[in-house]
Amino acid sequence: MSDEVIRMENVQKDYVLDGVRVRALRGVNLCVRKNDFVAIMGPSGSGKSTLMNIIGCLDIPDTGRFWLNGKDVTRMTPDDLAYLRNHDLGFVFQNFNLLPRTSALENVETPLIYSGIKKAQRRARARELLERVGLSDRMDHVPSQLSGGQQQRVALARALVNHPALLLADEPTGNLDTATSQEILHLLSELNQKEDVTIVMITHEPDVAARAKRQLVLRDGVIEE
Amino acid sequence: MNWLAAIQLALKALWRNKMRALLTALGVIIGVAAVIAMVAIGEGAQQRIAKELESMGSQNLSIRSGTVTRGGVRTGAGTTTTLTFADAEALRDVPGIVAVAPSVRTSAQVRYRGANWGTAIEGITPEALTVRNWPLADGEVFTTRDVALATPVCLVGQSVARELFGLSRPVGEMLVFKGIACRVSGVLVAKGATAWGSDQDDIIFAPLTTVQRKLLGITYIHGIEVQTSGRNAAFAVVEEIKKLLRQRHRLREDQEDDFRVYNRAELAQSAETNAKVFSWLLGSIASVSLLVGGIGIMNIMLVSVTERTREIGIRMALGARRRDILWQFLLESLILSAAGGVVGVLAGTGGAELLTKFSDFSVVVTFWSILLAFGASAAVGVFFGLHPARKASRLRPIQALRYE
Ligand SMILES: Nc1ncnc2c1ncn2[C@@H]1O[C@H](COP(=O)(O)OP(=O)(O)OP(=O)(O)O)[C@@H](O)[C@H]1O
Ligand SMILES: [Mg+2]
Repeated sequence: MSDEVIRMENVQKDYVLDGVRVRALRGVNLCVRKNDFVAIMGPSGSGKSTLMNIIGCLDIPDTGRFWLNGKDVTRMTPDDLAYLRNHDLGFVFQNFNLLPRTSALENVETPLIYSGIKKAQRRARARELLERVGLSDRMDHVPSQLSGGQQQRVALARALVNHPALLLADEPTGNLDTATSQEILHLLSELNQKEDVTIVMITHEPDVAARAKRQLVLRDGVIEE
Repeated sequence: MNWLAAIQLALKALWRNKMRALLTALGVIIGVAAVIAMVAIGEGAQQRIAKELESMGSQNLSIRSGTVTRGGVRTGAGTTTTLTFADAEALRDVPGIVAVAPSVRTSAQVRYRGANWGTAIEGITPEALTVRNWPLADGEVFTTRDVALATPVCLVGQSVARELFGLSRPVGEMLVFKGIACRVSGVLVAKGATAWGSDQDDIIFAPLTTVQRKLLGITYIHGIEVQTSGRNAAFAVVEEIKKLLRQRHRLREDQEDDFRVYNRAELAQSAETNAKVFSWLLGSIASVSLLVGGIGIMNIMLVSVTERTREIGIRMALGARRRDILWQFLLESLILSAAGGVVGVLAGTGGAELLTKFSDFSVVVTFWSILLAFGASAAVGVFFGLHPARKASRLRPIQALRYE
């Protein structure tokens, strides 16, 4: 068995808007091994988020092959993909994407609902994660009552709640001040080192990227090492 | 995802938009309540008509003397003199006929002490009261012996009793009409007006022979009331009766009947059909409002799906399968319509209850109408919830997440 978590070969993705074709990804080759920590950098509009959405099984490539943990994702049914997102993947979005008018605790619990876990266990696990990101006193706050940094930490707790093997973070510190950014990055490093979580992170900031084990640059839809 | 969690999720989502949920449910409430109340009114009318028909003797046939043609002149119904007591007795042998009641009818001015009253006088046999399902309130019926002897006795209807005797007891008193004195042996129970408004209680019954001989001076009879063993029998015996009477009256092939047979069962059947149509009409009008309520649910669910597209995207990103999303929205609309159904059933039965109390509508809430209305509201929930729910579940995660 290989220990490749992500393997991509010649992945392409176009967007067509009003008859104009935007080539967001023009043949991406990528290999991420278990316990790697990869930072992807690149100018705005270079296709980073597009790539991340494909890795996160939220979108499908137009052409090319893509394996997650050795399994061919391009051949999976929607239900299989949902299972993957639920059990194997954790996603931290650039814009948090918390459920509105839903408490921090319930937000973190949500993935466990779709795993069919019982309520008491869900609660306990969600509490544990919120404590870990330092929000034990904000569990009942809804997103609109939380600061950006706090919201991002809730999102991180939610991404981690189901023990994912692969954590995807799209500019996790993009909206945060330096101190909060450091906290989040510290958490990510800790996860990578102590719990063997494989991480792919997108960032614009070189000093943030420096915290990763490996840095890649995406430019005009292709990866340059 | 387990059911408990799914239901909790749906309830929470509804609770966040309390007012909207309430108004949506209101559409269903009104629809269900209308169906139940309308069907109850229809059912009440049906039962009332059924009761009336029963008191009329819906499995009865009546035979009247008919028309006769002499030299090209047709004399009109009731003018032949060929129908006899013997004809009536002969009918007893026809299978399906249970009882036979020959009668003659006239009218007279009746006197009792200072009072007088013009009324109908009918000559009958005691059997007629059974055939007409008409018991006595007081006294007793004259006997077949009285019929054989043409005894001057009579039974009075409630209206006659009231007009002539006021509050005093008629039984045992003597009435005088057409020059004969006649003892009152009994008083009939009140029967009320017919469906077409004539007062059935304005009548005096005397033995057939008494009226024939002492009042009219005839030997024939005017009509025969025939009781059959049931509605179906009523339809079946009509032809038998015609055949038998034609034979007894020695009518040739080319001669028309000198009597007429009226089938009450036919009348009853059409009245019942009318009542049923009325009932269905009311029910279907009410169903329209239930349909409108259902469209209200669909409308709100569609709005809700659009509003919550991003939420759907987030849930999918977190691992919700298509069927999880489908059920989330379907459950919301089901809960709305089921809750609306329950409240609607209560409102409908309550409204029907009030209607019976404060008006002379007879209203009958039946179990099946409750079942129907409730089932319909649940069906409405599924039917009108399914489209928005499917729409939500078919979204691709990234489309939903990017939705603005
Ligand atoms: N849904 C879409 N429809 C049409 N074009 C799109 C869509 N999403 C992205 N694009 C285009 O694809 C290209 C890549 O977009 P993407 O979001 O991947 O960039 P990015 O590298 O994440 O940029 P940023 O650093 O600003 O987040 C851009 O040119 C963008 O305009
Ligand atoms: Mg981006």
